[in-house]
Amino acid sequence: MRLTALVLVMLVGTFLSAAAQERPYFVTYSHEMEEPGNLEIEIFSAVGNPPGANRFLGSNLEFEYGVKTWWTTEFYMDGQSTVNDSTILTGYRWENRFRPLLREHWINPVIYVEFENISADKTLREVVGHDGVADFAHPNWLARQGKAREIETKLILGSNYRGWNISENIIAEKNLSNDPWEFGYAWAVSRPLKLAASAHKCAFCAERFHAGIEMYGGLGDRYTFGLNRTSHYVGPTVNWSAPGNLTLSFSPQFGLNDSSIPRLYRFGVSYEIEQFLEIFRRGGD
Amino acid sequence: MFRKRPSLLILLMFSAVLLFGTADGAWLAKVPASDHQKTNPYEGQPDAIAAGRKVFEEHCTKCHGQNAQGVKKRPSLRTERIQQQATVGDLHWLLVNGSMKRGMPSWAKLPDPQLWQLVTYLKSLHE
Repeated sequence: MRLTALVLVMLVGTFLSAAAQERPYFVTYSHEMEEPGNLEIEIFSAVGNPPGANRFLGSNLEFEYGVKTWWTTEFYMDGQSTVNDSTILTGYRWENRFRPLLREHWINPVIYVEFENISADKTLREVVGHDGVADFAHPNWLARQGKAREIETKLILGSNYRGWNISENIIAEKNLSNDPWEFGYAWAVSRPLKLAASAHKCAFCAERFHAGIEMYGGLGDRYTFGLNRTSHYVGPTVNWSAPGNLTLSFSPQFGLNDSSIPRLYRFGVSYEIEQFLEIFRRGGD
Repeated sequence: MFRKRPSLLILLMFSAVLLFGTADGAWLAKVPASDHQKTNPYEGQPDAIAAGRKVFEEHCTKCHGQNAQGVKKRPSLRTERIQQQATVGDLHWLLVNGSMKRGMPSWAKLPDPQLWQLVTYLKSLHE
């Protein structure tokens, strides 16, 4: 009994010792990089019910590592499960983000480069070109035949002003086959519910909650640039930086036209391990 | 080579000393005057020191140690440079911009009041 109490006290102590500070975005990237040496493990999921197709759950498992203050790398594994169909792994992605300006400015650019090898993806981590509700109509066995080996680039622009974070992404994606370049956008704003930290340790104080709004969509491709037959989403988003480097995020998002899925529910869990490699250097203590 | 030309060795050693001398704390010289002169809205407030300590424990201890004494190559924050030479404005500037070439990230993702609370805590360490 005493041992159980001791373990509980130690666990609570551990959980009250640190907190991550993440933006509540699911699609939009901010200019903020992972701290060097930190490893963040994240699961992001999207649930949707496209008209004329089966309900689905698409998920990413992500490993994000801060290599340098100006370089963050991330590896994803993707999967999806479709009602009345199947559950499958849909591929992997490897992204790198580089921050060319080493000081904070009004607008901070970050260069994003990703290679992805995916098929039948339903995570909607980006919407480009003419991506839309029709992509979800095919059964998984058929959708898997359309392998996409793609290079995705983004120009990430981010600003912090009086507690607000404003982030804009301009996306250009190229399938390594003969498909044309496809374009998309994402933007988001968010703010902690309280800017100053409270003097006492707390799990549910307002400074641990971020709220904002996120919007993203496709912009056609090289030959048909514009809004025609593209899908767009917008929704409020919120996260809670729980004690213990755990962050929980949620966002209901709404399709803005007939090409979009009417409603998406996104949720995410991330856990940050500070100075990941030190664990091994110190012999696991 | 150095046996034949000892002056070259002396020049190299002198350059190395100069290089380390400027690199260590070189960020202080980069702080703009407007930031250098900034005042801390939380100066000396006990609640701000406690809040700053909390922010420090959540984000800084892994690199700078529980008591800001430094960990391995990560510097102590109890040095004369931080406690005496740097103004509160200098420290706030360092937190916003980081010293990215030397591994210190920008903490601009923390709201400004939290950065000032952190500065208040750091400056309280010498008392």
